[in-house]
Amino acid sequence: MAESVPEARISVRGLRKVYKVHKRPPGLMAAARSVFRRKYEEVVAVGGIDFEIAPGERVGFLGPNGAGKTTTLKVLAGLLHPTAGEVRVAGFVPQKRASAFLERVTLVMGQKQQLMWDLPPSETFEMNRAIYGIPQKTYDQTLKELTDLLELGPLVGKPTRQLSLGERMKCELAAALLHRPDVLFLDEPTIGLDVSMQSTIRTFIREYNERFRATIMLTSHYMEDVEALCPRVVVIHQGRLIHDGPLAALVQAMRPDKRLVIRLSKEVSAADLATLGSVVKHEGLGVTLSVPRIHLADTLARAAAMPIVDLSVDDPPLEDVMRDLFARQGTAAV
Amino acid sequence: MLRRAITAWPTLLRVGFAEAVAYRAEFLVWILSTTMPFVMLALMSSVASEGKIEGFDQKDITAYYLATFLTRTLTGAWVVWEMTQEIRQGTMALRLLRPIHPFVSYASSNLAALPLRGMLAVPLLVVMLVVTPQGLTHDIRFLAAAVLAIAFAWALNFLIMACIGCVAFYAESATSLFEVWLGVWMILSGYLLPLALFPAPVRAVNEYLPFRLMVDLPVSLMLGRLDGQAALTGLATQAVWIAGVGTLAMVLWRSGIRRYQAFGG
Repeated sequence: MAESVPEARISVRGLRKVYKVHKRPPGLMAAARSVFRRKYEEVVAVGGIDFEIAPGERVGFLGPNGAGKTTTLKVLAGLLHPTAGEVRVAGFVPQKRASAFLERVTLVMGQKQQLMWDLPPSETFEMNRAIYGIPQKTYDQTLKELTDLLELGPLVGKPTRQLSLGERMKCELAAALLHRPDVLFLDEPTIGLDVSMQSTIRTFIREYNERFRATIMLTSHYMEDVEALCPRVVVIHQGRLIHDGPLAALVQAMRPDKRLVIRLSKEVSAADLATLGSVVKHEGLGVTLSVPRIHLADTLARAAAMPIVDLSVDDPPLEDVMRDLFARQGTAAV
Repeated sequence: MLRRAITAWPTLLRVGFAEAVAYRAEFLVWILSTTMPFVMLALMSSVASEGKIEGFDQKDITAYYLATFLTRTLTGAWVVWEMTQEIRQGTMALRLLRPIHPFVSYASSNLAALPLRGMLAVPLLVVMLVVTPQGLTHDIRFLAAAVLAIAFAWALNFLIMACIGCVAFYAESATSLFEVWLGVWMILSGYLLPLALFPAPVRAVNEYLPFRLMVDLPVSLMLGRLDGQAALTGLATQAVWIAGVGTLAMVLWRSGIRRYQAFGG
């Protein structure tokens, strides 16, 4: 686990969140019985986790569906009261929802929107200006910057309902950042967006982080988001923390192999390729090999004898790393 | 937070008005759903044609139901439906992220529809003056008291709805409870029938309930059916109820928000 972060912007100690859920079997009789007698069961969404995040860090918060990621983000943003544990964000106790705290944080949820559906985004922006008490001059300047960075120009005057998903997400980001928060909780900010729009959003998030030294916690099922933005990852599974550290260390710990992606000038037999490493993919002149890291230099030297026109060395896909990590759970934590 | 709410209020009202205009179709449907006083006007007018009912002649009945419709138009709120939906679907989260109390933003969006309602209320007032010129009080003090009573009635209605809306934190829906409330309100507020027509014991009990303060009081002030003492007592009673229900709404909110589960991703 990560060491204690000096002057942590986010500090989580023993965070636990338990939901009480009404449960009944299917069928008419069960429905009728539930009118008179209801059975509730406790579901542990977050089962006691600890981590700290320093100012300006970009951290990927990963885990399978139902792992407790969104619940944790909601607690950190002050929306949910923790069942137990101690949480501090920018020095505040989030669930008290002090104005000074709310002015410093934002939570962007890819599946929920704050833009008013039948009005142009400019109206939501104006409302946020009033609610956050942003001075007009600062507002104009910030809005101009956000408009330039996110290329919002023609969008802000159209009714929200007439915008595409990607356009709406860009406007959502602008609405969430007008007050220049320095702690950003981003919950699936690129969900449903096309590749080009995902890339635009990633570039914007990185620029915002570098410009304002904002602390960013990001959840995403797109590993490209995590690879592009998060040097550190915190991984949660069934409400428990199973990894906290550099992304590279996670990859190395889970998959001590490298990928050699080779383009050949002529066919080579599978048996010859197997002398270099295990063949992951072999389609015509394109080959992907898996090679132990410790044998990489030796393998590259031997590969020189092959009719190679192009070669690159990559880490295994992060999706594979995560799949392996979650598959191992139940046996041991990383 | 209070100072922020005050400075943000004009913008919230302006944006709320823009939203109300965008939802003009819903507004018209809401107006159509509040035409019960006209149905009652037709019924009671017919009955009153055969003689006075508890001091109400046909012109009094006309004035009463026009004033009732006017009061209903100007005091309507819908916060209970907004709260129920947002709590159930988890979208309340977006309100909670903003440094302004959700009651303030609900109140501003509810009040922002007032100019639209005014477009209906002003012609109605003209109709009242033409149809029953003697029905409406000509005493400016009572008219001013009626305006204040309408404002108080709106606040009371809004806060009661907010209390019922908070039930959605505990139960799966608050709207069923509100339907029950609405049914009792229609009877005991004077919305369907003038309270003078009710048996004395019912009227006596009703004195201790808030319903009559939301329709009967403003209407009685508009029609000049109260003396100065009763007018002041009525306004003071409204203020006390607003303070009490407002406090209850805050208590329910604070308690409810601890249980909020922000469902839905």
